[in-house]
Amino acid sequence: MTQDLSKQSNRLQEGGRIDRAKPLTFTYNGKQYKGFEGDTLASALLANGVDIVGRSFKYSRPRGIVAAGAEEPNAIMQIGSTEATQIPNVRATQQSLYAGLVASSTNGWPNVDMDLMGLVGKVGGKMMPPGFYYKTFMYPKSMWETYESYIRKAAGLGRAPKENDPDIYDKMNQHCDLLIVGAGPAGLAAALSAARAGARVIIADEQSEFGGSLLSSKETLNGKPAAEWVAEVVQELSGCADVLMLPNSQVNGYHDHNFLTIQQHCTDQFADRAPNGQIAQRLHRVRAKWVILATGAHERPLVYGNNDIPGCMVANAVSTYINRYGVVPGKDLVLMTSNDNAYRAALDWHDAGRRVVAIVDSRKNPKGTFVEAARERGISILVGSGVIEAHGNKRVTGVSIAPLNEAGDAVVGPIVKMAADTVATSGGWSPVIHLSCHTGARPVWNDDILGFTPGKTYQKQLTAGAINGAFSTAAALSEGFSAASDALSHLGLAKPERVLPEAEQIQESKAMALFHLPHTKPTSKAPKQFVDYQNDVTAAGIELACREGFESIEHVKRYTAMGFGTDQGKLGNINGMAIAAKILKQTIPQTGTTIFRPNYTPVTFGAIAGRDCGELFDPKRYTAMHAWHVERGAKFEDVGQWKRAWYYPKGNETMQEALNRECLATRESVGILDASTLGKIDIQGKDAREFLGRVYTNAWAKLPVGKCRYGLMCGEDGMVFDDGVTSCLAENHFLMTTTTGGAARVLSWLEIYHQTEWPELEVYFTSVTDHWSTMTISGPNSRKLLEKLTDYDVSKDNMAFMDWKSMTVAGVPARVFRISFTGELSFEINVQANYGMHVWKALFEQGEEFNLTPYGTETMHILRAEKGFIIAGQDTDGSVHPFDLGMSWAVSMQKPFSFIGKRGMQREDCVRENRKQLVGLKTIDPNVVLPEGAQGVFDPKAPIPMPMVGHVTSSYWSANLNRSVAMGFVKGGLDKMGQKVFYPLADGRVIEAEICSPVFLDPKGERQHV
Amino acid sequence: MFHIYCPHCCEYREEEEFHVAGQAHIARPLDPDACTDKEWGEFMYFRANPRGIHHELWVHGAGCRKYFNVTRDTQTYEIKEVYKVGEKPSVVADDVK
Repeated sequence: MTQDLSKQSNRLQEGGRIDRAKPLTFTYNGKQYKGFEGDTLASALLANGVDIVGRSFKYSRPRGIVAAGAEEPNAIMQIGSTEATQIPNVRATQQSLYAGLVASSTNGWPNVDMDLMGLVGKVGGKMMPPGFYYKTFMYPKSMWETYESYIRKAAGLGRAPKENDPDIYDKMNQHCDLLIVGAGPAGLAAALSAARAGARVIIADEQSEFGGSLLSSKETLNGKPAAEWVAEVVQELSGCADVLMLPNSQVNGYHDHNFLTIQQHCTDQFADRAPNGQIAQRLHRVRAKWVILATGAHERPLVYGNNDIPGCMVANAVSTYINRYGVVPGKDLVLMTSNDNAYRAALDWHDAGRRVVAIVDSRKNPKGTFVEAARERGISILVGSGVIEAHGNKRVTGVSIAPLNEAGDAVVGPIVKMAADTVATSGGWSPVIHLSCHTGARPVWNDDILGFTPGKTYQKQLTAGAINGAFSTAAALSEGFSAASDALSHLGLAKPERVLPEAEQIQESKAMALFHLPHTKPTSKAPKQFVDYQNDVTAAGIELACREGFESIEHVKRYTAMGFGTDQGKLGNINGMAIAAKILKQTIPQTGTTIFRPNYTPVTFGAIAGRDCGELFDPKRYTAMHAWHVERGAKFEDVGQWKRAWYYPKGNETMQEALNRECLATRESVGILDASTLGKIDIQGKDAREFLGRVYTNAWAKLPVGKCRYGLMCGEDGMVFDDGVTSCLAENHFLMTTTTGGAARVLSWLEIYHQTEWPELEVYFTSVTDHWSTMTISGPNSRKLLEKLTDYDVSKDNMAFMDWKSMTVAGVPARVFRISFTGELSFEINVQANYGMHVWKALFEQGEEFNLTPYGTETMHILRAEKGFIIAGQDTDGSVHPFDLGMSWAVSMQKPFSFIGKRGMQREDCVRENRKQLVGLKTIDPNVVLPEGAQGVFDPKAPIPMPMVGHVTSSYWSANLNRSVAMGFVKGGLDKMGQKVFYPLADGRVIEAEICSPVFLDPKGERQHV
Repeated sequence: MFHIYCPHCCEYREEEEFHVAGQAHIARPLDPDACTDKEWGEFMYFRANPRGIHHELWVHGAGCRKYFNVTRDTQTYEIKEVYKVGEKPSVVADDVK
């Protein structure tokens, strides 16, 4: 173990919340290191003295770990030991260390230590000023792909796995009285109070342990280490049945009406692949009656020259690494601060036995508990001064310190250089207001705390602690209790007793508003002063953007890409706003703020998808005869959620050969189609008939019981959107059929008109699609086949075309409809769905002598196209009315009620000449099949762009006619019978076709009437 | 995601069970044939897009399948009230009062 420690050169011999008895080996960029249980990947890397964790996006500068939490901009890792378990964009500061963890830095090519791009970057940086994307990549447009691959490689934002994720992800719907976000002092005080009052509480925290800031400081509560109080609270909460504690859980989104999403890491803090089929991550979808945001604050780094050299850190991160992980991330520290609070970093560093070179304080006369503590330790404090520049390349080697003026915006004295390997800075604290912004609240600037606090909200939301600027532990505890009390009174629960631990009394002197340190050179000439590390946005870049006229902070943001990284500018945005405000000579609130959107940190696709993937992505619908189709070797196609048999190849048949056989067999003898998927709506009520007359374009008043009728359905614009056959079952009882894909839409259509426009009509709609199995037998022998299965008289005299009859088929009660979508003698047999397979098989037993041939949707399409029957959605596209389709016979303008679509189809544009109309298209070469979608022209020699006159909607090879058949739209086509239309194709061919009637076969309709 | 009270089921349910069906109170003209093209076009296509109070038609598609009206603030996304088809809203925008 001593040996392990000696390798971890920055690890303290004692202290921290790590378990030194549990050493862990991990791999970073191909090299093995040791850490301890309780480490994050970041703390383990720092313990091992790893300085460089990435290369910057634009300039390819080496970057080190800056922070200790979600706000970390640089240490963005690719995690995963196998291809399938790769996770990109993981912040090393939020990844718990486990044995065998494999991580690599995502920025840097070919590697972070020897970076080729760094050389290019010196040129590339010049090439990439702010607004670079807009200025450079717009022209020439054709070069974009070249630029893009270069940029992507340079940016290195991680990569998605190439193999399927083997892990299971899960979702849970949760309801609670109170959701508390954050388990620091404020959150824990709130949870304890609410739990004692008996509320249903969920408390979530992104870290592996509850405690928040209390885990990373040496503060005491009730005179004991604060962590002891945390342990007591956690123990009490875990004994409450109605409290759900979620550590390792990031509340990532705050959505409308108090709906919050929490990404819980269940096993990925232990392993990159969940052991024993456990859930890897879980997304909690929480509907909370009340929410308390106790999200804390992030410390702001200061902006100074070369502030991105590894070794430049946020002050509080230094304290966190020392106190929580027993890691001192360097030897010689310079602390630069504008406030008292950050002095703690120097105290912790000093107490860890390492050298504090100096505390540099921008204020003239700091005094307070921490300042005095530093003086007691003999730490040198340089007041009224600032670190204006760091020196070094792959690690800080020293700093330049200069006296500042009162406002902190000019250097007023000689520069002093000091050697140091670590620069910790603090410009104060920024409340973590991100979640409060998600539902649209605009943050409000607070001059007292020099930060934005949550704005007015319409959610049932309370806030407590550092998010409000209550930065001290005592204030956070008190606010946590108060927020819980407020929530409890809203919930109608009794207020609990105020029992809070006693925090240390700390005096702090006033902080100075300092964001950007001046340099002896103007900002544009000074060494780069980084504002947004992840996107390489500098103070000079923001100045340039403002000079170029981008004055709104939203524009500055877009122009410079500030805050566009995966960290959403958690560290940099306020510094950026302050710099813009300074240049524009206005205040920060005048400059505005940017709004944060969900998600707070990147969320894995696994967590978002949960179980809704693979087989469970979307429901699949099967007919009762599906197994038979599968056994028969059918190929399937998706129609909505339905799996429909497409065609049934035999032996080595090609698709076309199978279709030819199916088509010929049907017209020569008899074929059978599984039509169960057609939408079926049962319509009852004394006004059912009247209702049908209003929603269909044709007349329904006189349809007798026992008869069927085809109908077209239009929107109020007069355009066809569905069609089908509706049958009169009884005087007040109808069965409507719809297209397979249109069933749900048609039902909604009927319902909305009934409920909102004509509630006085007594009519009821029930979807019965799944209740019936429908099999269509079609062809000259279909009657003979049916006769073998029923005693009922199905002769022409007793059962005419468009009749329906109730009978027994194969011993099963059936409704048989004599309707035809093929133009052949056809019977549509409907039986209760659970008898479907029985009847289907019985038909095949009896159909052998007629060569009964199953056909699928493709043959159905061909057979109907031979007859010129349309398919709504294929031959219509929402822009054609019945007259465009040549279906005036299906429109009754004489009906007393102005049916849906009637007024629409009479609008000026609908009755003009030369509309595109549906016609048949007969290719001059009968062997050529027009491609569907091909655009027609009247003059193929016309200059490009040629005037297009309509497209091909349906086109097939017809084995029955031994030629191609097609339908399509042609401008004024119905008056152009016999004229030519040309289809120039992308391959250079021009197909010539003659405009004709779309009815290619049996124009008199004799075959279906036999 | 909204939390919507269905006035027919008399329960709050998740937005996933509902669909919005556009602006409420768009009545189909009683005599469409008497409408000019302009009037018919306005009925079909023209909709308000207010900032603030708005009345919307929703349907409890995965529940009772009933339509109902929702008064919603388009800025804050607060649902001010729900009421049945045929009823009048009690919360209206200031410029409508």
